Amino acid sequence: MKYKDYYAILGVKRDAGADEIKTAYRRLARKYHPDVSKEKDAEEKFKEMAEAYETLKDPEKRAAYDQLGRHQSGEEFRPPPDWGEHFAQGQGAFDDIDLSDLFAGIAGRQGRGGGGRRADRPMAGSDYEAVVRISFEQAFHGTEVDLELSVLEWDPDGGVRRVPHRVKARIPRGVTDGEKLRVPGKGGKGANGGPDGDLYLDIEVQTHPFYRVDGQDLYVDLPLAPWEAVLGTSVKLPTPAGAVTLKVAAGTRAGQRLRLAGRGMARGKSTPGHLYAMVRIEVPTIIDDKQRKLYEQLAETSNFTPHAQLEQEAAK
Amino acid sequence: MSAPTDDAVRLDSVTEVTWTQLVSASGLTEGELRELVQYGALVPRDPNAPTWTFESRWLVVARTVAHLHHDFELDAHAVSVVLSYVERISELEAEVRKLRAQLG
Repeated sequence: MKYKDYYAILGVKRDAGADEIKTAYRRLARKYHPDVSKEKDAEEKFKEMAEAYETLKDPEKRAAYDQLGRHQSGEEFRPPPDWGEHFAQGQGAFDDIDLSDLFAGIAGRQGRGGGGRRADRPMAGSDYEAVVRISFEQAFHGTEVDLELSVLEWDPDGGVRRVPHRVKARIPRGVTDGEKLRVPGKGGKGANGGPDGDLYLDIEVQTHPFYRVDGQDLYVDLPLAPWEAVLGTSVKLPTPAGAVTLKVAAGTRAGQRLRLAGRGMARGKSTPGHLYAMVRIEVPTIIDDKQRKLYEQLAETSNFTPHAQLEQEAAK
Repeated sequence: MSAPTDDAVRLDSVTEVTWTQLVSASGLTEGELRELVQYGALVPRDPNAPTWTFESRWLVVARTVAHLHHDFELDAHAVSVVLSYVERISELEAEVRKLRAQLG
């Protein structure tokens, strides 16, 4: 396994006191916690410092860590031969685990209440969290995902090992970006009759080139030519459930939203949301002589002056 | 052998979770979690029921509680105060999302 210098991660000396370690962690947590930090790689950095603090704040784990000796960060190493006898009974081989797993094993043996050995009492499996990235279409229709996780599992004799954990989950239709789902009992395995943990899925929905999502409602831009807005028209519009023909009434203005009822996202048994076509008036930037003449003719005959009120105000 | 497919359950106001599940997800003791209920940071379906049950959306809050409690070493009262800010930020984010969806 690779060595991590927990003291260097927290920026403290190896003989730092408990208070110094706590202050260093709190200062860094304030800076790098993913909920508050905008720093690049904040989540990765925070995980690293949380792992370091988790070990160094606990006297037993800190002693065990110190007994591993000093190595360069990232250096491959194995704990000394007698290390397991003192700190990780039943740990067996140290393959397939990392440094944090080693100390999770010690935490497990301490038990939740601090007393008693892990082997004596039921232990709930850990909850796990996984990010699931799906397309807009998958979110709209619902989908199935296949996840390959790596979870910690307790040996009967108290050691821990990392095992692959495959979960296939059905994502219901209508999930939104940022939503959290739960797959009960699909986290880490419980021990001694303790319940299995849960798996939480953090849904990330990729943005769609046309549709924008707000809860169950969808928004799509509807660019119209000026004459289409004035005279009215019919537009064949894509919707996630199939194309529809949208009638645009004469005199439609820019910024108006035209509602297609029930064409939004459906969630469970609830009524689907709506799809709103947001009207934008586009003007041609290149026109030929004939078109220019028609526009000039229109300008001469029309008395439509949408900026009249502004001009009146300016004239005061 | 192919793994069976499990349903990923939505955390909303329709499905329900037990007090025990909420305690487990929050990482707090029952006493600390009761304090959060007293502060109004967590709301049982029926506060007068002998055994509390919650809308499953409170599991998301309970997990935020777990992060705040563990990562920042906050006590129940501090967690309840921070939660109110987290809730306010979520509301503002939802408002921004809505405006972005409408404006393009």
